[in-house]
Amino acid sequence: MEIKTDDYSIWYDPESATVFFRGFLRLDGMEEYQPVMNMLLEAIEQSSSLTLNLQDLEFLNSSGISMLSMFVVKVREKGNVQLVLHGSDKILWQTRSLKNLQRLMPGLKLEFS
Amino acid sequence: MTSTSMDQTFGSFFDEIPASDEYLTLNFSPSTAPRKRRWNHYGMSADFLGDYFAAFFPGDAVPDSKINRQDTVKATVSYIANELLENAVKFSDEKVNLPISITLYLYERELIFQVTNYANLTTAEKYQGFIQELLNSDLDEFFTRQLEKTAQGSGESNMGLLTMINDYSARFGWKFQVVTKQPEVLRISVMVHLDV
Repeated sequence: MEIKTDDYSIWYDPESATVFFRGFLRLDGMEEYQPVMNMLLEAIEQSSSLTLNLQDLEFLNSSGISMLSMFVVKVREKGNVQLVLHGSDKILWQTRSLKNLQRLMPGLKLEFS
Repeated sequence: MTSTSMDQTFGSFFDEIPASDEYLTLNFSPSTAPRKRRWNHYGMSADFLGDYFAAFFPGDAVPDSKINRQDTVKATVSYIANELLENAVKFSDEKVNLPISITLYLYERELIFQVTNYANLTTAEKYQGFIQELLNSDLDEFFTRQLEKTAQGSGESNMGLLTMINDYSARFGWKFQVVTKQPEVLRISVMVHLDV
């Protein structure tokens, strides 16, 4: 599973059960984020734990943040999945906005490095 | 609703912006180019504004952060300018054929963004309703409620606006003015104050 454009790439590595994000994501509204959402939903079906590695995702607009929040709620509804967000403390939007997702799912693990 | 009652000001909006030595305005002509291409142009412009204004700041350390002052300004301006332009597009009436503009003013301890766009009455009324709800709510509680609403996929949540306020401590003001020659059209000016 992979989505690749000039601005960003997103791919799933089944061995580490990790979805990697890289680049600049500022798509126009939720409809445009649907392929990304579909990839995340497919990944979560394949393992009892999933990591989203955001360390190289330099920009995410608020529609992207909304997409992540929708995904977190899907995981919350499944009930038996461990979700980890691995972010970078050198990328401002991640230090400002990722913690909000724990409001939706207090068991969500946030790791910064 | 009569047109005059749509003329409204909310939050911290100043008609007279304090004099600033450094400012920059970008006007986007109303265009027939595909929305996808224009969307990319807004993103590029937001990044440009981030780079441009960051150059006025030194790269010294910021307490409790691994991101220096210059990079903090760059990322903040880029995020806020991008969200403001995205909102201006969402709230614009393309039939009106009037430009979207963004100006950034630099002060010693503050940045002010001003973005204008033109909307129809229905859109403007809905936007005013949201602003009133926001201003009458406890921010933390309102943010959580809207985030949950978005996450459940139930409709417009304005997370762009809310992340700017909640995550970047941006202070907002809005002015809605009926366009005299086109009473069905409103000019929406959004002013955002940001401490730097």
